[in-house]
Amino acid sequence: MDLLQKNKLLYSRAGFGIALRDYQQPRPIDAALADLFPLAAPTGLEAVTEADWQQYSPDAMKAMGSEADKKEKQKEFRKRTKDINLMWLQQMVYTSFPLVEKTALFWHGHFATRINNPYYDQKLLNILRKNALGNFGDMLRQVSKSSAMLQFLNNQQNKKLHPNENFAREVMELFTLGRGHYTEEDIKEAARAFTGWAHDGNGDFVFRKRQHDDGLKKFLGREGYFNGDDILNILLEQKQTAVFLTQKIYRYFVSDEKTDEKHVKELAASFYKSNYDIAALLKEIFTADWFYKESVAGAKVKSPVELIVGYQRLLPMQFTNTKTLYSLQRLLGQVLFEAPNVAGWPGGKNWIDSSSLVVRMRLPEVLLATQDLDLSPKDTDPEMGEMHHNTTEMQEGAKPTNIKMARPVVDWDAYLAAWGQTRKEDLPALLADYLLVPGITAQQLRETISFADHFTDTDYIRSLTILLMELPEYQLG
Amino acid sequence: MPISRRKFIQVGSLASASLMLPQFLRGFQYQAPAQRSNHKILVVIQLSGGNDGLNTVVPYRNDIYYKSRPTLALPADKILTLTDDTGLNPALKGLKQQYDDGHLSIINGVGYPDPNRSHFRSMDIWQTGSTASEMLTTGWLGRYLDTRSAGQQHNALAIEVDDTLSLALKGDERSALAVQNIETFHAAATTPYFKKIASHADEHEEKLAGYLYKTLAETTSASDYLYQINKVKATGQTYPTTGIGKRLKTIGALINANAETQVYYVSHGSFDTHVGQADRQTRLFTQLDDALTPFIADLKANGKFEDVLIMTFSEFGRRVEQNASNGTDHGTAGSMFMIGGSLKKPGLYNPLPNLSMLDAGDLEHSIDFKQVYTTVLEKWLQADGKAVLGRRYTGLDFI
Repeated sequence: MDLLQKNKLLYSRAGFGIALRDYQQPRPIDAALADLFPLAAPTGLEAVTEADWQQYSPDAMKAMGSEADKKEKQKEFRKRTKDINLMWLQQMVYTSFPLVEKTALFWHGHFATRINNPYYDQKLLNILRKNALGNFGDMLRQVSKSSAMLQFLNNQQNKKLHPNENFAREVMELFTLGRGHYTEEDIKEAARAFTGWAHDGNGDFVFRKRQHDDGLKKFLGREGYFNGDDILNILLEQKQTAVFLTQKIYRYFVSDEKTDEKHVKELAASFYKSNYDIAALLKEIFTADWFYKESVAGAKVKSPVELIVGYQRLLPMQFTNTKTLYSLQRLLGQVLFEAPNVAGWPGGKNWIDSSSLVVRMRLPEVLLATQDLDLSPKDTDPEMGEMHHNTTEMQEGAKPTNIKMARPVVDWDAYLAAWGQTRKEDLPALLADYLLVPGITAQQLRETISFADHFTDTDYIRSLTILLMELPEYQLG
Repeated sequence: MPISRRKFIQVGSLASASLMLPQFLRGFQYQAPAQRSNHKILVVIQLSGGNDGLNTVVPYRNDIYYKSRPTLALPADKILTLTDDTGLNPALKGLKQQYDDGHLSIINGVGYPDPNRSHFRSMDIWQTGSTASEMLTTGWLGRYLDTRSAGQQHNALAIEVDDTLSLALKGDERSALAVQNIETFHAAATTPYFKKIASHADEHEEKLAGYLYKTLAETTSASDYLYQINKVKATGQTYPTTGIGKRLKTIGALINANAETQVYYVSHGSFDTHVGQADRQTRLFTQLDDALTPFIADLKANGKFEDVLIMTFSEFGRRVEQNASNGTDHGTAGSMFMIGGSLKKPGLYNPLPNLSMLDAGDLEHSIDFKQVYTTVLEKWLQADGKAVLGRRYTGLDFI
């Protein structure tokens, strides 16, 4: 792989696609990497303030009159999940440190929740972003004590007399060891250790001593008066935790389908040795010779969020109706803060089915040209009220609640200027190389050219760009 | 205007796609496929949001029912009587007729051990066919497609009439087609450019790109197939213009045209009746019943009713006691309707759950929904239930 192709692959995996300036001036990998890792942790995002939360907190709800009023108020609050969703999406588009957000997106799927509480969501997100490139142990401890996770995995109900095993099970199955490395007995014992872990109305961690079971526990072959922190520490001491995490990180950053077990083993060993230094692990991946191989280019299906962010980083666009960005996530099958379940998004081929593929292939025209896309995503939140399938409106002859894509205003200037000096006969191959991580055949390129608009140079660049972005290869990273 | 003046984008637009169609149809006269022998069809209707089972199939002689629901319980003189102690929600008049005709089997107390009361999780469990503690990434019907279509070329073995695909219909290697409106989808999926791209599907052997190209090729060909077959058979029935009405009309047209599709999937809702349950459930049931009636008549008129099994389900039932807002909160087990012309055991398949044996205010399930799936897979779709569900569940004998 030449330096240009290496840069392309690096920015595809460590970010949301290569920027034009990096494409035009590829740099040695060490130099590029140095700029990808920030010196300080990112500042927190705040879409829902503490004052906002005061209006909706359990205490405020208690003070309200009727059940119906409470429901209405809760509904209003849940809608604000969209605010934090869009704020983070915007952060991914405009950040100078895409690797932070890309890695946080990985942890967002690893520590998946779906709680419909934007204030708690925001707290958890900021834990993930701050620790995204930090220490996994610190992150695990903070996540385990976050209101979002305590609520989502029912640890609020985990009490000495009535243990709830949900958190204890998932912390092992999904967050650390993976299936098959613990017994049902270990789950029971760990659940006892986590009794009393709860959060207050403000979303801050509290330890309810009276609900904690302080008896003797046997866990993973050890015996002691373990509390929750002890359990997390024991889990971090297991080499399997490093192996499990590394496998998952490898699939996310390197390849959906093919895992090279030898490379994973080496990476996991140094990850464990570094005491779970995430930045060090990623640097090891991004400097490895085996990473920069043809077989790695295109070995990932871009997730919907990567795709949506990628468009916007490629071409600056202003959405007059920000709801569009939210609807797009739904149509494509990945809504931030709404993971399908605690296991997160399965990713890879799972992103693609006939309808999502057609939407992906239509989108460049919808966003960048004049096509309409008259599709309605399923409203997957029954509590938000009427689903679009609930068709009273249709019955009365009114328009169904389909979401039309509100087209953004696209700023093509910089992009067109950058390609304006390129000789016309060189344009197709260069644009294809810039836009697509895996290559395409000469014949495919000729056919794409035959659909392009040759009228003016500008039309030609634009139409080629859109047509290339519609190819199946554009879906791969 | 020189040809190059034409904005390239029109090539892919809906307008030009539809302009292309007459010529396309002139190109070859489409013949309806012949009647298929032994072609069994499953129509799944998902009642999203958690339908209240007790006000669907009503224990109208039960004191606990009336005590638990002072304002929500359906009075005995309002319900549609099925047996001496069980009746149907008054909005389900068409279904009552099916019951009387021996074309409705009601399976009660369907749920699963360790029930989850979150919409998302419980719907996940129902759609993937998992246990409460498993997290599967494929759906039960998707895995059925995987077993079915190894090495075979299919146009549209399963269709969800919607714009996006539910997990239930996603397999490892193969998924159903999600199509809300056949003509719109055809226009979007079969632009000349897409067809050109799809024609290269065979050249891609790399795993992921190959998968994308294969999906694209199948989508364009299935979309062509549906577009043509959809025009074959005009319905003699009048369907309501509600969402569920339009969807069942689409399904009726395809079934009656002898499409090769075996599984159809639609959703209707939301049945999440925390507040003011009576009005909403009545409205949704009326819409469902009004859509099912012409659908069934359509199937009968075309001699298809014996080959069709319609199945309803919801992610959970609701609590026995009503709440303070004239609604009900998330509960556990519920009833499933099986409708069709070939039922072996029509009527009430089993009794309603015992209201005096509640689990913390919730109904205890007596039948695992995976037993129902097993029955449908093995006795209707001729598939191996264990291969699809991962375990052997005892089947039932309603078909």
